[in-house]
Amino acid sequence: MITTDICIVGAGPVGLFAVFEAGLLKMRCHLVDVLTQVGGQLSEIYPHKPIYDIPGYPEIKAQELVDKLMEQIKPFNPGFSLGARVETISREPDGSLVIRTNDHTEIHCQVLVIAGGLGCFEPRKPDIDRLIEFEGKGVAYMIKEPELFRNKEIVLAGGGDSALDWTIFLANSAAKVTLVHRGDTFRGAPHSVEKVFELAKAGKIDLILQSNVMGLNGEEHLQSVSIAARDNVLTTIPANHFIPLFGLSPKLGPIAEWGLMIDRSAIEVNTIDFSTNITRVYAIGDINTYPGKLKLILCGFHEAALMAQGAFKYVYPGKKLSFKYTTVYGAPAF
Amino acid sequence: MIKITIVDRNGKRANLEIPTDINLSLMEILKAAEYDILATCGGIALCATCLVQVLKGTENLPQPGGQELDMLDTLPNADLNSRLSCQLRINKEMDGMIFQIAAEH
Repeated sequence: MITTDICIVGAGPVGLFAVFEAGLLKMRCHLVDVLTQVGGQLSEIYPHKPIYDIPGYPEIKAQELVDKLMEQIKPFNPGFSLGARVETISREPDGSLVIRTNDHTEIHCQVLVIAGGLGCFEPRKPDIDRLIEFEGKGVAYMIKEPELFRNKEIVLAGGGDSALDWTIFLANSAAKVTLVHRGDTFRGAPHSVEKVFELAKAGKIDLILQSNVMGLNGEEHLQSVSIAARDNVLTTIPANHFIPLFGLSPKLGPIAEWGLMIDRSAIEVNTIDFSTNITRVYAIGDINTYPGKLKLILCGFHEAALMAQGAFKYVYPGKKLSFKYTTVYGAPAF
Repeated sequence: MIKITIVDRNGKRANLEIPTDINLSLMEILKAAEYDILATCGGIALCATCLVQVLKGTENLPQPGGQELDMLDTLPNADLNSRLSCQLRINKEMDGMIFQIAAEH
């Protein structure tokens, strides 16, 4: 069980900055994010795009902003559980909370801050019969442990960077790799596209273009995959694993089940400290809503500052909160 | 005025009248009309949550550009009539077209 003062769901820019504001008040944080990297939408969707409305930066690339935030919060030594999705929250007798993730991590905290952005990034699932049935029995949407695929027969589907990168990676260790793509050209990094065509030419992988995976076959575990081209003629190839890589899209996820006041996928908060209807639970950034809300990173930053002031009383009950300027006191590291 | 028909996720049809001089994308119009459409990336063809299906009038639209095609290619169920509404500028050629908001994917 991880013990911390504040558990932050979401390691995007606003979740990250919340660590700074909490740190100034000597509160420790642990962040959880379903992605395997920090930065949220910025690192996942548009790392190279310039952002023009961050105060003090006429122009800053999204990933650069994430890197700078990580530098800013480093003195406060936050903990991270990445690649994990928060599933449940429960209340302890003393009012504190226990957060549980889908990989069985438990986090005990005084305060929970939801900085979930537009939701939890989930893999897009193609419309194939028995896909859900084979999840965990051959179907996977991301590769967390590449060693599991050694010497196996794998079919990957998709036309973007993920599909290309994993095809290239698994070509070395798998018994057989087949990449199935609906189009006849790929639109990933040119170097990766080139490499995949090279591997196909050398017979190291099978490339099946202008085709879709139509069906999955097997009993207890996936045994083969049926593929069809435009002519709809089915070809079946043996496979232990099918990995569809069609990108990620955000969904509210388990947050929707916690009893929060939710209006159109956003959590209602009060604007004094951005607390929700559940005691000790706050929501900041794009995931919240209130009269006049703007979904801007800078608004999330402001909400993080006010949230920290409100959360203090749960982390240091009975202690007086005195407002301190960083220009006078600095930002003392933990 | 440019008249288009929108079919929402429940199959409900509604007609929208849009002034000809409005300089917005179809995604922005749909959001303004309070349709349940996400547009996570804000309209830069990077998230595909603004996906629409063109039910009538595909031939009136310009071909998708490189970035839009990149995104459409990644979607498992997209076809030739799937478009990202953030990349479709409202113009006179859209008059009479029918768009369906794609199912959440």
